[in-house]
Amino acid sequence: MYRYTDSDRHFLRARSAQFRDQLRRHLDGELSGDDFKPLRLQNGWYVQRHAPMLRVAVPYGELSSLQLRTLATIAREFDLQPDPTSPVPGVTRGATRGGFGHFTTRQNLQFNWIPLDRAADVMDLLAAADMHGIQTSGNCIRNTTSDALAGIAPDEIVDPRPYCEMLRQWSTLHPEFAFLPRKFKIAVSGAREDRAATAWHDIGLQLRRNDAGEVGFQVAVGGGMGRTPVIATPINAFVPWAQILVYIEAIVRVYNLYGRRDNAYKARIKILVKAEGTRFVDAVNQEFAALCAQPDVQFIAQAELDRVAASFTDPVSSASTVPPAARATLPAAYTRWLDRNVHGHRLPGYRAVTLSLKRAGLPPGDVTADQMEGAAELAARYSQGELRVTHDQNLLLPWVREADLHALWMAAREGGFATPNIGLLTDMIACPGGDLCALANARSLPLAAAINERFADLDELHDIGDIDLHISGCINSCGHHHSGHIGILGVDKDGSEWYQVTVGGADGSTLSGPAVAGKVIGPAFAADEVPDAIEAVIDTYRQQRHAGERFIDTARRIGALPFRAAADAVRRATAPALAA
Amino acid sequence: MRFIAPETALPEGTLVLDSTHDVTRMAAELSGSASHPAVALQFAKWTDGRGYSQAVMLRARLGYTGEIIASGDVLADMLPLLRRCGFSAVQLRADQSVESAQRALGFFDGGHDHQYHHYQRSTLAPAVVAAVAAVAA
Repeated sequence: MYRYTDSDRHFLRARSAQFRDQLRRHLDGELSGDDFKPLRLQNGWYVQRHAPMLRVAVPYGELSSLQLRTLATIAREFDLQPDPTSPVPGVTRGATRGGFGHFTTRQNLQFNWIPLDRAADVMDLLAAADMHGIQTSGNCIRNTTSDALAGIAPDEIVDPRPYCEMLRQWSTLHPEFAFLPRKFKIAVSGAREDRAATAWHDIGLQLRRNDAGEVGFQVAVGGGMGRTPVIATPINAFVPWAQILVYIEAIVRVYNLYGRRDNAYKARIKILVKAEGTRFVDAVNQEFAALCAQPDVQFIAQAELDRVAASFTDPVSSASTVPPAARATLPAAYTRWLDRNVHGHRLPGYRAVTLSLKRAGLPPGDVTADQMEGAAELAARYSQGELRVTHDQNLLLPWVREADLHALWMAAREGGFATPNIGLLTDMIACPGGDLCALANARSLPLAAAINERFADLDELHDIGDIDLHISGCINSCGHHHSGHIGILGVDKDGSEWYQVTVGGADGSTLSGPAVAGKVIGPAFAADEVPDAIEAVIDTYRQQRHAGERFIDTARRIGALPFRAAADAVRRATAPALAA
Repeated sequence: MRFIAPETALPEGTLVLDSTHDVTRMAAELSGSASHPAVALQFAKWTDGRGYSQAVMLRARLGYTGEIIASGDVLADMLPLLRRCGFSAVQLRADQSVESAQRALGFFDGGHDHQYHHYQRSTLAPAVVAAVAAVAA
């Protein structure tokens, strides 16, 4: 993991002091709510349905046990849901229930019930553990995301983490790019398999080696979800690693100067790329050439790469491998867990293990304070004190010895982290939705719970096999419904909640195929029809699949129509409208 | 950073540009004997960040050494960013406190050694660069 230097800590303290001053000026009435909003957003503070929401950055998903314990402390002491029986309206202290956090698809963690007047104290606590909420929100360059298996994946070409860290540093409080037309997200992948959904980002970077063995980036620009789903356009096949920050500077400068600012829905870079086409690419290349011609141009020096990369050396060397036991002698629950939650590792004798945050009774990605402590303890005991937050809202232990797998399984089961469902239907992505988010049109969590309940049978889940189910409570697409093999989108009609279902979306992984948005299968469903509709879609797959075919393969082969017909057949409330 | 009182006239000969101007095309106008002593970049809305790129281009691409003034909807909290992008003067929005703006400049200031606690190199105004060099010497 990256090790903070004195200068990193200095910076965070300065930022904390600046935010404390801004918060005080706001609470004193000097800084209006309108003017304070962009400032608090750039520190991770939203104002949500019930209380402020704090989004804490987990840079490219790397988290230490110590940091997770700090997050647990914040959840327990500050994330206090108001006592519903309290006689005083708006009382947020003396809550009846301890706090929790929610891991997001962008590898961040959100708290939902921290009172704004405690905000500066929380920022200080975070800073003490080398954490912050800087640029987790607002129209700026957001937290860089990456492959949860970065540095340990057997199919890795180049470890993306040193580059992610240099990107983090470069983008943090970049003075020129703090007020872009709209938010800006960068994802980096260094493996053959794209586990970071790079094509769905404003900039998607893929590390490559050229024929001479030199390291560089394949650059794509203008991907994004929201109301206009767009796959990023490749604009450069190989930017040498030393030049990448200058190349990104050129892209972001062109966007800052020419991106639309008249309409928030048309302000993302994807709209500029679509509208301008090759003229956009020409403008970027021209700006890049002009930057390179400046006498003060700063490429990354080898010494700087080496300095940063030194933080990412392996904490272990290979261990002795454990001969595989005869499966018949192992408990079925254990082999299931080995199959779904345990992944290959670059180092012999090691494995990566996903701690599932998808289990009955809790929303996808949610963790209570006690569970955070539990996961931190598992990481301390079995994974060199390191965890990763995955794109699909789970935690991952990157350094588990094969010899420890059985002990870890027992401990993870006790902690509620061992649901053997990684990659299966109930390992769904979901945003917090209308229960917590002020933007949402519809709730996503009751739906997630209903689907979880409907597909509780593990044999059935395993028979259905690999599938991405993604649920967003509104078109902002935080639940990535566009890229789900099955996507569910909450929509608002006449003030009530409806859900649009899509089939055939892909995030760009090998299993899913090239990134593409799913197709809508008919008018929106009523909330209580959705589990039936999903079951009808799944049944259609099970009836029509060829041997060995996964859901997405079948969906691509037969198209959306058969799924639509099956889902239409189970409509109740929306059936008359369909017939009319 | 020079503070120009709100609603007072900008220095004579100031070239006033809104955020849509492509400053790279103004090389001729900004160089030579008839050059402008100052350029004012106007912020129509403080959250519109085009002015920062304009200032960086003026300094780094065109080598402009005159005064660059931020004017219009300018908030105290913008000051650290403005300075780092090469602005050397500011005309704050009328309701803004100069004291808050000056405090805002201090948070990331290393104090005695003028080392700013930032990850990126700044595009500082020539006057600031000279001051830093003088202290270092």
